[in-house]
Amino acid sequence: MRHAMVEDIVSLVKPASVHRSLYDDPAIFALELECVFGSAWIYVGHESQVRSPGDYFCTQIGRKPIVVVRGPDGALHVLHNQCAHRGAMVVALDKGRTDEFQCCYHGWTYHLDGRLKAVPLQHGYPSGFDPKSPSMAMLHVARVSSYRGFIFVNQSTDGPSLEDWLGYMTTSLDDMVDRAPDGEIEVAGGVFKHTYNGNWKLYLENLLDAAHPWFTHRSSIDAAQQQSDDAFTDGAGEIAIRQMRQNGAPYSFWESQVGIWTYPNGHSYLGDYHDDKKLVAALNDPIFRDYMETMEKKKGKDETKRIMEVRRWNSNVYPNLSFMSQFQQLRVIHPLAVDRTLVCTYSFKLRGAPERMFHNTIRFANVVNGTGSLVLTDDLEIYNRIGLGISSEGAEWLQIGRGFQSDVPDEHGGRRGKNSTSEVYIRNMFDAWVGYMGTAGAPRQRARVESVPA
Amino acid sequence: MTMTEEAVDHRAEGRAAKRLGVHECELFLLHEARLLDEGKFDDWLALFTPDARYWVPSEPDQASPLDTVSLIYDDRQLLETRVRRLASPRIYSQEPRSRTSRIVTNVSIEEDADAAFTLVRSKFMLIEFRRNEQRLFGGTSFHRLTVAGGDIKIAWKRVDLVNCDGPMDGIVVPF
Repeated sequence: MRHAMVEDIVSLVKPASVHRSLYDDPAIFALELECVFGSAWIYVGHESQVRSPGDYFCTQIGRKPIVVVRGPDGALHVLHNQCAHRGAMVVALDKGRTDEFQCCYHGWTYHLDGRLKAVPLQHGYPSGFDPKSPSMAMLHVARVSSYRGFIFVNQSTDGPSLEDWLGYMTTSLDDMVDRAPDGEIEVAGGVFKHTYNGNWKLYLENLLDAAHPWFTHRSSIDAAQQQSDDAFTDGAGEIAIRQMRQNGAPYSFWESQVGIWTYPNGHSYLGDYHDDKKLVAALNDPIFRDYMETMEKKKGKDETKRIMEVRRWNSNVYPNLSFMSQFQQLRVIHPLAVDRTLVCTYSFKLRGAPERMFHNTIRFANVVNGTGSLVLTDDLEIYNRIGLGISSEGAEWLQIGRGFQSDVPDEHGGRRGKNSTSEVYIRNMFDAWVGYMGTAGAPRQRARVESVPA
Repeated sequence: MTMTEEAVDHRAEGRAAKRLGVHECELFLLHEARLLDEGKFDDWLALFTPDARYWVPSEPDQASPLDTVSLIYDDRQLLETRVRRLASPRIYSQEPRSRTSRIVTNVSIEEDADAAFTLVRSKFMLIEFRRNEQRLFGGTSFHRLTVAGGDIKIAWKRVDLVNCDGPMDGIVVPF
């Protein structure tokens, strides 16, 4: 029944509510992969993961496997991970170093830029067979672009450049890099891989949600508040418990101290949640003091002050990236099915910072992004419960209206919530969603959605 | 396996320099598994020394919990908080509660440089059922045991899951 009403996909988004089919209709999901993931810039990794010629790693755009590789000349290539012969996935390991790619099926071999290098038994192919033909290759993803080491790809040849598309959000990526005394960061410390039985959009919608911690994370807030500080800690517990207690800030804190900013193309960030005193960081921490001294020596006092005063919690780059500069965390969202999502979380090391600063990064990663975290596990439960709830025949329209009509313009071309509990960032993501779905794929999407059985 | 400096650094004064036999270690591990299956997490916590660490690495052969993320890495403060949270009526990720069933086997005593401890290696399988889903975990556990006040205590525990670097939903009930 619920699919029958889907005449025009764009009508499923209203100013302060969205239709629940956006979270559970497989036909809409397929269109999102095509129209949203097919036209937006998609984060695929960081240049530090492919530092030397021949370095590669595998990832995916939505469900499509790709390989990111550094060519012998230093150029960056992002290739569809598929053999041109019979379609097998060519590169099977997560990462490595190589001077060529070879398919394990019939031995077709490729240069690192995807061109075909050798084909066994070439004499057996028809006379028109041309191994130099551009289609006889591991094909390139249409566009690749890096901003300060962050690699994005775009499957569409048309559309804005990466930098234009990021707009003011470049300042959040700058903040990730500027905090490194040597001006460079690198992926380090392993990766968390989380799955949940719910839609991919739920993840970004939760990361800036300032109204949920006090409720969803009640069990860890209570447990942390009751925890004795006298029990032994090597630093792991200390940083985790500080964060969990902070989650217990009352609504009045969120409504007066914290802000939320949104920008075109669905991007947004939550700001002013933590300053470094409350966080890493305590300025009296000797490691942090060493770090500040190094920063001031390398960047000067004024520039260091400017960098430290950028106080952003999570920054979301729609549709598949969220990162947090104060603790060098970065999450990549992979939609697997309408009700199945994979999220990979990475940590970054600040080049030139004291080695032990990175221990805090790891401790923080464990508490906010860890598989066994006392906090994240309740967020995963929420995604799973929304997955379950939405499959019911309850209310058709889901509310995204908190703060609606009280949003205010932002000086950098965006709009911000009157306070941080505004759902302006969700409305902003759906504005972008409507743009991608409503223009790029309009003619096809209508036909396909109507073909879904009622 | 690699011991971290963390693991060997915390030997309290007065711990008996007594190597435990494989049979008493096995009985202890079975007791621990039973406490966890029965949800007696406070009693489980009481098995640990005041300066214990509990570690579930995110990578095979992970050398350190300090420079690489872990599925769980708890010092005493965090372990106490973890166990207290498990008792909370508002722990939504345990509503409904998991039911678990553990098998502990292949127990052996490993070389340990420090005479105050006995390093025990064992294999486990754990079935966890919650809501509509059953999950299967398996792997190798390392317990660094000591004797304090006549009782066996865990000074350090490491659990290496065979799927430690695979994608998974959250882990709430400890291994």
